Amino acid sequence: MIALLRRDLALAVRAGGGFGLALVFFLIVVTLVPFAVGPGQVQLAAIAPGILWLGALLACLLSLDRILALDYEDGALELIATAPLPLEAVAAVKALAHWLTTGLPLVLVAPVLGILLNLPGPGYLWVVVSLAIGTPALSAIGTFGAALTVGLKRGGLLLSLIVLPLYVPTLIFGAEVARRGALGQPLETPLMLLAGITLASVALLPFASAAALRVNLR
Amino acid sequence: MMRVSDLAIVRGGVPLLAGLSFAVEPGSALILRGPNGIGKTTLLRTLAGLQPPAAGQIEVPEDSVAYASHADGIKGQLSVVENLNFWARVYGMADVTDAVLERFALQDLRARAAATLSAGQKRRLGLARLAVIGRKILLLDEPTVSLDTASVGRFASFLQDHLDAGGSAVIATHIDLGFTATVLELAPYKLDAPALTASDFDEAFL
Repeated sequence: MIALLRRDLALAVRAGGGFGLALVFFLIVVTLVPFAVGPGQVQLAAIAPGILWLGALLACLLSLDRILALDYEDGALELIATAPLPLEAVAAVKALAHWLTTGLPLVLVAPVLGILLNLPGPGYLWVVVSLAIGTPALSAIGTFGAALTVGLKRGGLLLSLIVLPLYVPTLIFGAEVARRGALGQPLETPLMLLAGITLASVALLPFASAAALRVNLR
Repeated sequence: MMRVSDLAIVRGGVPLLAGLSFAVEPGSALILRGPNGIGKTTLLRTLAGLQPPAAGQIEVPEDSVAYASHADGIKGQLSVVENLNFWARVYGMADVTDAVLERFALQDLRARAAATLSAGQKRRLGLARLAVIGRKILLLDEPTVSLDTASVGRFASFLQDHLDAGGSAVIATHIDLGFTATVLELAPYKLDAPALTASDFDEAFL
């Protein structure tokens, strides 16, 4: 399992691995928002938590079809499936590798990009906390979607359609935590719900992903 | 070592072969013969556990089977040695040794990114995987495709040593690898599948 994680991380950071893709996309979205909605400071501060969450979610979505499709195309997925690794563990490791190469960098750059959006002072902490808690769910759900569509040619469209509705609860509660944090309001309830969604996704979805993979590899 | 009784296999809803029974003992190899499309690859995938059999039993000792498909599963951004070490670690084995690299004539390519290898070199790398994962029963699907004569000879000698060490192999191949092996002709087990009509394709969209 550690070997698989290390391989996926090595592949992600080498040439053509797509490590920077999500990060650059996030940067572009957040940089363009002030141009699109105007530079009004009050206006930007109001939408900043939501834009940061939306940008992170879309950036995450962008790299989902690479999680399993590349291994499927060169035959490595079949060989991994016949190796003495449980497919549930493979799915969990794939999700973890995706989070480490996509979710974690997004969490780390979010406060820097918050400056561009005039994010209110108390919001920085809560944007980082909500993204750190919420993005593992995005990776776990995304891996499940990738497992469902792994054998399909150009499965990216279907993958997005399957995954987007599943992302909605995470987005609602994640953005709510960030918004209330920025306004200094109480945020325990959405924070608990966000953590609950993430824990349930991380605990249950690798089993669903493995079942989907078994069917798709037949 | 591997015992198969009354096996039936299906590919994409189409029954291919039925009533297959054979046994592969330690130290012996079984060669699958038959025209294209008869189900050699599907049989090997079923034996590897990638798809369930439609009927019958496959008895193999746990954690003893290695499958090598048409695709080698090589990562182009990793070097030859990194590719092999990855598979060795996944199977809990020691890292690749110089002896294995020399056996497959990869010693001069060890630090090269796999993406820059030729088709035959990639195939040798794919086959070298079998030497580092330490499995007893090898399921090989056309292992000699894109290999030159010298490389086929190298691979045949690797297989011979594997068999002498008590391993076994099931090989789908059309060429003579130059060692004694039982040949299983698949044609007698072929099922006459009913011709598909246009409406049968609906299944794929349900």
